[in-house]
Amino acid sequence: MNAQIAPTISMSVWAQARRRFLANRAAVVGLILLTIITLLAIFIPLVWPHSLDEGSLANLGQAPSFADFHWFGTDANGRDLFVRVFYGARISLAIGLIATLIALTIGVIYGATAGYAGGTTDLIMMRIVDVLYALPLLFLIIVLVTILGNNIFLIFAAIGAVEWLTVARIVRGQTISIKNREYIEAARAIDLPTSRIIRRYIIPNAIGPVIVYATLLIPINIIVESSLSFLGLGVQEPLTSWGLLINQGASQLDSAPWVLAFPATLLAVTMLSFNYVGDGLRDALDPRQR
Amino acid sequence: MTGYILKRLAIALPTIFIIITASFFLTRLAPGGPFDAEIDLDPYVKANLEQIYGLDKPIPVQYINYLKGLAKGEFGPSTTYPDRSVGELIADGLPVTLKLGLTAIALAAGLGIIAGITAARNQNTLLDATVMGFASIGIALPNFVVAPTLTLVFGIYLKWLPVAGWGDGEFRNWVLPVIALALPQIAAIARIMRGAMLETLSADYIRTARAKGMPETRVIIRHALQAAFLPVMSYLGPAIAAVLTGSVIVEQLFSLPGVGRFFVQGAISRDYSLVLGVVILFATALILINLAVDIAYGWLDPRARVK
Repeated sequence: MNAQIAPTISMSVWAQARRRFLANRAAVVGLILLTIITLLAIFIPLVWPHSLDEGSLANLGQAPSFADFHWFGTDANGRDLFVRVFYGARISLAIGLIATLIALTIGVIYGATAGYAGGTTDLIMMRIVDVLYALPLLFLIIVLVTILGNNIFLIFAAIGAVEWLTVARIVRGQTISIKNREYIEAARAIDLPTSRIIRRYIIPNAIGPVIVYATLLIPINIIVESSLSFLGLGVQEPLTSWGLLINQGASQLDSAPWVLAFPATLLAVTMLSFNYVGDGLRDALDPRQR
Repeated sequence: MTGYILKRLAIALPTIFIIITASFFLTRLAPGGPFDAEIDLDPYVKANLEQIYGLDKPIPVQYINYLKGLAKGEFGPSTTYPDRSVGELIADGLPVTLKLGLTAIALAAGLGIIAGITAARNQNTLLDATVMGFASIGIALPNFVVAPTLTLVFGIYLKWLPVAGWGDGEFRNWVLPVIALALPQIAAIARIMRGAMLETLSADYIRTARAKGMPETRVIIRHALQAAFLPVMSYLGPAIAAVLTGSVIVEQLFSLPGVGRFFVQGAISRDYSLVLGVVILFATALILINLAVDIAYGWLDPRARVK
């Protein structure tokens, strides 16, 4: 009996979290699928015999077949869909990740500052968040894209600049709950500058729930990017993304349904995987919330 | 209660004003205007056009003029549709968007609540797992995947419903758009309802109601539903925001003449007044809806008033 319990007691917090995560089958499957999709997105465009924009009149709208390496068929311009879907994956995943990083950076700094400052500063800063919260975010992003032009880097920035609100709220709450702990008091007692206290002591201790939220924010941002591209306001030809591919698929539903089916399925699988991984992480890192 | 309503109003009204101001200056500070399109216009022609639309005046003057217009319910002229004002475009599109959006919300609330209660009543059974499995898929799938898939199945393979278009707004034309809009919200509401219902069903007063021999249906409807409905109601604001956002995509996809379609057209051609008009309209509507939800919440749950 004791022999079984002993290793559990000596396990670190992270080891316990990992064990809880691995016990969640949906989350593990999600993580494996995401890894596979990421690896395919990195390597398929490098090794595939067809390239992103190599079209041919002979192959217009070919159905999927194993001949000629058109596994997912070709689109209305005779371009190989298999390689395009994974080029699209590169851009969609990259925008999801980078926009999330931008949103996290803004949100963490903003939330920690508001929470640590307290009083009127906190009130004003969080009122601004409330105001923005009331807006439909996609509209705001479309306004930003209209203004900035649809350069792909500006799309990263526009999405990130809008999606930080929830992060700020989470971090503010965490900050308020830890700012009166003894170690913060000790840091103040030795007269550390506020910016250093926030950077070295507040943020690292408030980051747990933010990591969980980040796994949920990535799929949200992928959807935002895809919506923009779908509407013709995001990624533009000759580049491609899942939203743009789904748009092209939707316009030729009756003649070539596979042009819609493959990117849509891949997007759906990615969304579900991120959601299950996010749920798994939440349960693993914070078992009280179950 | 009056104090609570006034406090909410004191937050909502300045918010609307701030949004109008912020979005106005955002669009005016942008590089490139509506007349910097593909064709290079003759400088004189461009100057003339800008004078007609009042774009040659200093920005603060444009701002005052814009506010004056708004007070009279005018959103300014559209540069994409030269012979129409933004107000007219919105008036044209709004009935379509409202019909879609309200039907979708009603459908989502109805089905979502029923599905959530069913799942909660059969907790940890196959039925519960099935309903919640569909719910997680419904939440994960964006509108622009659901809508073309529905079109493919019901429009192209089965040929039951038209693929796109509004016609005269007949039922068969808006069935698919409404379902595409409602599905993610049905899923979200079902999840919230299930969670709230499970929590309520384990409360002491429910046990008391059952103990005195009240029939189960009556326990659910008379006692549990009232308390469990509160979280669903506070989700209505975000749900309506999501439906408005979704309607932009669904209108584009099914070629429906709604406000969202004009908005996308305006954004593509940098039609400031049109984009601004739609953003202000939708933001104001959302803020007022959130205000109404807050007030209703305070009325139903007195504890919320104290905070």
